[in-house]
Amino acid sequence: MIIPHPLLGPRDAQEFTYLGDASMIQRPDGTAEGAEDALFNYVYMRDNPAGEHRELWYHEQGDRSWLVVTRNTVTHEITQVELARDVALALGCGA
Amino acid sequence: MRYSGFRVIREAVTGHKGWVPVWRDPEPQPSYDIVIVGGGGHGLATAHYLASRYGAARVAVIEKGWIGGGNVGRNTTIIRSNYMLDGNEPFYEMSLKLWEGLEQDLNYNAMVSQRGILNLCHSDGQRDAYRLRGNAMRLHGADAELLGPGEVRAMYPFLNFDDARFPIKGGLLQRRGGTVRHDAVAWGYARAADSRGVDIIQNCEVTGLRVEDGRVLGVDTSRGFIGAGKVGVAVAGNSSRVMAMAGLRLPIESHVLQAFVSEGLKPVLDGVITYGAGHFYVSQSDKGGLVFGGDIDGYNSYAQRGNLPTVEDVCEGGLSLMPMVGQARLLRMWGGIMDMSMDGSPIIDRTPVEGLYFNGGWCYGGFKATPASGLAFAHLLATDTPHETATAYRLDRFRNGRMIDEKGMGATPNLH
Repeated sequence: MIIPHPLLGPRDAQEFTYLGDASMIQRPDGTAEGAEDALFNYVYMRDNPAGEHRELWYHEQGDRSWLVVTRNTVTHEITQVELARDVALALGCGA
Repeated sequence: MRYSGFRVIREAVTGHKGWVPVWRDPEPQPSYDIVIVGGGGHGLATAHYLASRYGAARVAVIEKGWIGGGNVGRNTTIIRSNYMLDGNEPFYEMSLKLWEGLEQDLNYNAMVSQRGILNLCHSDGQRDAYRLRGNAMRLHGADAELLGPGEVRAMYPFLNFDDARFPIKGGLLQRRGGTVRHDAVAWGYARAADSRGVDIIQNCEVTGLRVEDGRVLGVDTSRGFIGAGKVGVAVAGNSSRVMAMAGLRLPIESHVLQAFVSEGLKPVLDGVITYGAGHFYVSQSDKGGLVFGGDIDGYNSYAQRGNLPTVEDVCEGGLSLMPMVGQARLLRMWGGIMDMSMDGSPIIDRTPVEGLYFNGGWCYGGFKATPASGLAFAHLLATDTPHETATAYRLDRFRNGRMIDEKGMGATPNLH
């Protein structure tokens, strides 16, 4: 697989390590009401779709940026790659 | 038709005209007492034990493809019970005992071959860990022997013993472990279940689980609605997709695992070996091919094929363990989709939907578990209580902190 890095251009997937579903960017507030349920879902439960999947890849053998890659889990086609930092800031959880 | 040596001889002298199809190809009935979704090894084993041990009538197995086309025909055929934790070891030991009596139970030659599985260790720490594991196995009635380097050398003199980085310090041997012809497991269970009246319905994809007032009524399929008193889902690899039809989310990610076969060789390897310094396991099939595998590719995937970096990684592991394989050519490789659970252990449990039962999360250890999984799932479906060896495989264990994490990796499915 080739991952089109937004800053570095096309890079071999071997340079990256994989974390999982990009929903992990939005860590729930552990002190809020209902935090137990929210954290349980955050840590353990996954949508695990067959098809388009937004997921976190870390460019370990490169510029060490975290990316949000939108990839089809059936065809491996990659349709969008964003810096996870930008995604987190846009969600208001990167401060 | 009962199979026997006499039967083979009789057919041989009468032109093999007496063989009949091994199972029927029935039209689905409007409803069943129990519908099992998924005609893989686990689903078929469940049907067999439901019919043979729990006296269940009116059982159907629904399969979207054909019998033997999924993971039961895609694994590396290894059976073993070398687990450590209390939640796992009694279950896998029961599975190994069921393998030992499988062919008599099914009247089907599944080529169960207890050729021994040897886990190699490469450091003092790893040897200590294997001693701990071996003792845990023996406490649960399994067999385990800790071998020194000399004993390993006598068994497999061709291994790379004196590697500077990963010398072989010994190994943990389970002599009762081995291999089974995986297709025959699917066919044998299908035939045995069919002979007791179970309808095996192939090419019938489940498109929906019909739930009303928190109770399952049946399954919508590509061949129409099939009513069911109880629905058991055993579709590991696709568990999240099927259970989502009932509105359930699971602690599971789907990953692809590749397996490989070399060209046919003369007999070189009479047991199963696993490499302790990399992830690599190998045995030799009766046709002569080295059957081997390694890690999952590591990212969510529903594609039944993997990528080349993992091929390279697995072959590197093989080469560093037994350099002679460098002379053999890779013949075939393929992929299967695994339910990777959050603690590396499976789930056999009821669900919040009444009448809906779940069996999945097998990671890449599902094949060896086939008989025990079928028996435990049949027990659950028939009695609504967990089988005594499967009490820890609860769906809610992630919420209440009762994980069964053999590798101690935490909630990272791609590392189990």
